[in-house]
Amino acid sequence: LSSTAKRERPLSPHLQIYRWQYTMALSILHRATGVALSIGLLLLVYWLVALASGPEAYDDARIVFVHPATRVLLVAFSFAFFYHLLNGVRHLAWDTGHGLERRSARTSGWIAFLGAVAATVLFWMLLIQRFAGGAA
Amino acid sequence: MSLRSPIGRVLGLGAAKEGPGHWWSQRISAVALVALGLWFAASLLRLASFEHAAVLQWAGRPVNAVLLALTLATMIYHSMLGLQVVIEDYVAGGMRVVTLVVVNFLHYLVAALGIFAVLRIAFGAAPQ
Repeated sequence: LSSTAKRERPLSPHLQIYRWQYTMALSILHRATGVALSIGLLLLVYWLVALASGPEAYDDARIVFVHPATRVLLVAFSFAFFYHLLNGVRHLAWDTGHGLERRSARTSGWIAFLGAVAATVLFWMLLIQRFAGGAA
Repeated sequence: MSLRSPIGRVLGLGAAKEGPGHWWSQRISAVALVALGLWFAASLLRLASFEHAAVLQWAGRPVNAVLLALTLATMIYHSMLGLQVVIEDYVAGGMRVVTLVVVNFLHYLVAALGIFAVLRIAFGAAPQ
């Protein structure tokens, strides 16, 4: 009965034997943007703590936020936010059993990705347009 | 040597029976974050300015303060659930537990800091 215990068991196929498809990329991007947003939460809370600490602390934080490297990071975080939100809705639809067919899953994948790019561009255009000159 | 059969030794083990709770919590917080996240993004666009006084005034209004605190709490909860899955996928052995505990502690710390900051502003205790 116990003779099977030590036998080499077959492993499930490793990721690299699958042909690469962009639906896989979108799935991995969902996780990557989720992890990124967890880090982005630190910046959000830093901003709020600085805001609650008074004008001097807020001005110090602004020096950080106005820095070009932080700006690039903020654009990346905003893309991560919009992608994770749109693709998250896609996942919620799947959880209810909708949109699982290949064609609709591909279409919704493109909508999530391109929608996130469009939302990021629109968001920053509106921000820049609204606060142009003020340098946030 | 045990006289129990292999099947007898594994029956009742396995899942901790808590999976559905985690799964549901992640979905429900996701649904809440669709609304809260869009509210937050729209709020940033509708701010009068990013000057200290203007942002303080915005964050201090009751509805904004409550929604801000809820957004933070839900985001950090959702982040905790999500990172737990990522850690369970990629970190093995004893380091898994250590990583989970450290990451969870960090989440509680960030949540406490953020919500305390919002309350301080909302109750007018933040320096003008």
